[in-house]
Amino acid sequence: MSVPTATVGGPHAAPRGFWRTHVFSVDHKVIGKQYLDLALVAVVTGMVLSWLMRFHLGWPETPIPGLGTVAPNAAPGGVVTPEYYLALMTMHGTIMVFFVLTTAPFAGFGNYFLPIQIGASDMAFPRMNMMSFWVTLVAFLVLISAFFVPEGPALSGWTAYAPLSAVGKDAGPGQGLGQTLWVVSILIFCVAQLLGALNFIVTTLDLRTKGMSLARMPLSTWTWFVTSVIGLIAFAVLMPACILLLLDRVAGTSFFIPAGLVISDRLQPHSGGSPLLWQHLFWFFGHPEVYIAILPGFGIVSHILPVFARKPLLGPRVFIACLIAIAFLSYTVWGHHMFLSGMNPFSATLFSVPTLVITIPATIVTLLWIGTLYGAKLRFTTPALFCLGFVSVFVSGGISGFFLAQPSIDTYLHGTYFVVGHFHFVMGVAAMFGIFAATYFWFPKMFGRMMSETLGKWHFWLTFIGVYCVFMPMHYLGLAGNVRRYSAFTDDYLKPLIPLHRFITVAALFTGAVQLIFLFNLIRSRLRGATAPANPWQGTTLEWSTSSPPPHDNFGGPPPAVHRGPQEYGVPAGGGPTDYVMQASP
Amino acid sequence: MTTIASRPPAPPPPPAPPAVPVATTTQPSGPSRAQTGVLVGIATITMSFAALTSALVVHQAASPDWQHFELPRILYLNTLVLVASSGTLDVARRRIARGTGLSWLSLTLVLGLLFVLGQVFAWQDLGAQGLFLATSPSSSFFYVFTALHGLHVLGGLAGLSYVLYRVSRMSGPAAQSAVGAAALYWHFMAALWLCLLAILALRI
Repeated sequence: MSVPTATVGGPHAAPRGFWRTHVFSVDHKVIGKQYLDLALVAVVTGMVLSWLMRFHLGWPETPIPGLGTVAPNAAPGGVVTPEYYLALMTMHGTIMVFFVLTTAPFAGFGNYFLPIQIGASDMAFPRMNMMSFWVTLVAFLVLISAFFVPEGPALSGWTAYAPLSAVGKDAGPGQGLGQTLWVVSILIFCVAQLLGALNFIVTTLDLRTKGMSLARMPLSTWTWFVTSVIGLIAFAVLMPACILLLLDRVAGTSFFIPAGLVISDRLQPHSGGSPLLWQHLFWFFGHPEVYIAILPGFGIVSHILPVFARKPLLGPRVFIACLIAIAFLSYTVWGHHMFLSGMNPFSATLFSVPTLVITIPATIVTLLWIGTLYGAKLRFTTPALFCLGFVSVFVSGGISGFFLAQPSIDTYLHGTYFVVGHFHFVMGVAAMFGIFAATYFWFPKMFGRMMSETLGKWHFWLTFIGVYCVFMPMHYLGLAGNVRRYSAFTDDYLKPLIPLHRFITVAALFTGAVQLIFLFNLIRSRLRGATAPANPWQGTTLEWSTSSPPPHDNFGGPPPAVHRGPQEYGVPAGGGPTDYVMQASP
Repeated sequence: MTTIASRPPAPPPPPAPPAVPVATTTQPSGPSRAQTGVLVGIATITMSFAALTSALVVHQAASPDWQHFELPRILYLNTLVLVASSGTLDVARRRIARGTGLSWLSLTLVLGLLFVLGQVFAWQDLGAQGLFLATSPSSSFFYVFTALHGLHVLGGLAGLSYVLYRVSRMSGPAAQSAVGAAALYWHFMAALWLCLLAILALRI
């Protein structure tokens, strides 16, 4: 890591010219939008991959129209081969976790709104900020390029378990160049995230405007700050782990490959490594990564719900305390991903206890949201609906987590669709709902135009019903013993479950199609939406004290001083024309 | 681009809760920001090496066929050079405020380069014994630790060169802070190396 003195920035003049303004921009707002655009491309890619998987699971022998032409080797005649199924699964997971769930809620919205919410004119290190986006883009391109190499992408899942991920071609077609590209991509991604997290932390600590004490920071800023601390530690561990894995693959070392390993009838020329070491290093990153994906959603919901409930969040300090507790505990639970790994069974208990303990702050936060709604006259706008949806899917997915936290139950369920349903709800869909809520909420600020509420509500209800139809039945499949990661369920005991798989597939295709409403709404509102006022939702935080969209330096002059907390809603009725007081109001 | 931020209508003061701006640590100035950045960077690097060293310690303890080897002696000489460079940088940092100390800064750079060169000699020493990156997990860990630390030292040298370039053009508190941020990182490199050396000496 280079010394950041080289990239110290500060308030900078508005750029001139197309390239400096829109492409190689050091403006945090442009960079935030670039991250969101990247996440949009990534999420569409990831979703198409999941459709291919779902279709194959429902109808294993039916050709997928056009696939035979696009990928003649991987899907001869349009029927997905088992290897290609694993490649699709690996890429779906990697794209979604790294390039959507990490990129959009944290890097995207965080970049755009963290500086504005604390009253700064930009990030602490604007050039480093620009670099972190472009490095992320390179990581994405390297990952996607695996589709275009002869043997296709990696097969070892988004967790890239060793020794499968470490031994090379013998482990399968995509385990050659495809897996190397995967490791390189994630390595590059780590660099980008570390630069980004460092920037977030320094910005929050050093660039707050006058009067913006830590206690007065909006809760969304709090979660971005805590998330960046988690990310800094997590990616700092994944990066050396990826270096070791890369060395195993290209330099002949044996960090993760034990002696005497025979794969595809070939004795692997390695000795002395430990596959379990990779799992420990990966999950020490991997579990906090779950919180990197979901905590910005916590912040978005805690920021948005009070706006539409017209009352402050119940116990904002409790919320912050829970946030910090979750961040701390997230580093003590990684072993619960490894109950089946062959590690010492006693350590399973050791990891089970903090796993159950971490549900306490998560539950408290949920109760704070519900308590905030109690007695509120909620304005049912689209962002508010997505916040409610967030709470719903987070609770649904969280409850199945209680079961999985017990090693004795997890032993049965870990390899099944129960886990697939669990993490898609609690991490995937919940985080996506957070992203949707944030998009509908902040779109007017970012583009100066309102999004269509009618389309937004259709989008919400159809998506909400759709995701429950997709992921709820997976819990049942798991309890029925349906193993995951198989490309087809042709075993006798699994055959009766195929109709349910078809139902899920139809629901997944439907939910995916519903997202076209969102895309249409995005494009249409961008071009023809009603002009947005500076403060369309009657919010109190600093982003609503500036024009929509904000000027280059965010406030068109020196940033305003802050005189109160972020949630002065429902101030005594009859006192004046409004029921809220802005943070910047004297 | 819109030009002027539109302000909402000011609410009536009586119902509003007390509004007192509190003093915060928010005087943004480049160098202090750099210092915070370096501190956060140090935390990151610490975490990366904590992962690597614990991987080494756990792996070595659980591995029945671990191959120990003697560390090259030149490592201890390199350690002295690096610690000395930390000292010369501290002298430079104190003198920069008075507009002198550039030669001490240059001396630090030379010592830093000597350290990296010494580490390369240590690799050659090991190579002569037939111990390479892929020979055994113990040698792999040794090469990875020294290489990654060396890369961070090179990064520090690049930073120091930049500071030298800047300091030769300016003086006063700004120069002092720039040197301060770089010095923080450089001292950390020396401390990190001492920890790595201790772990390597005990476990390899």
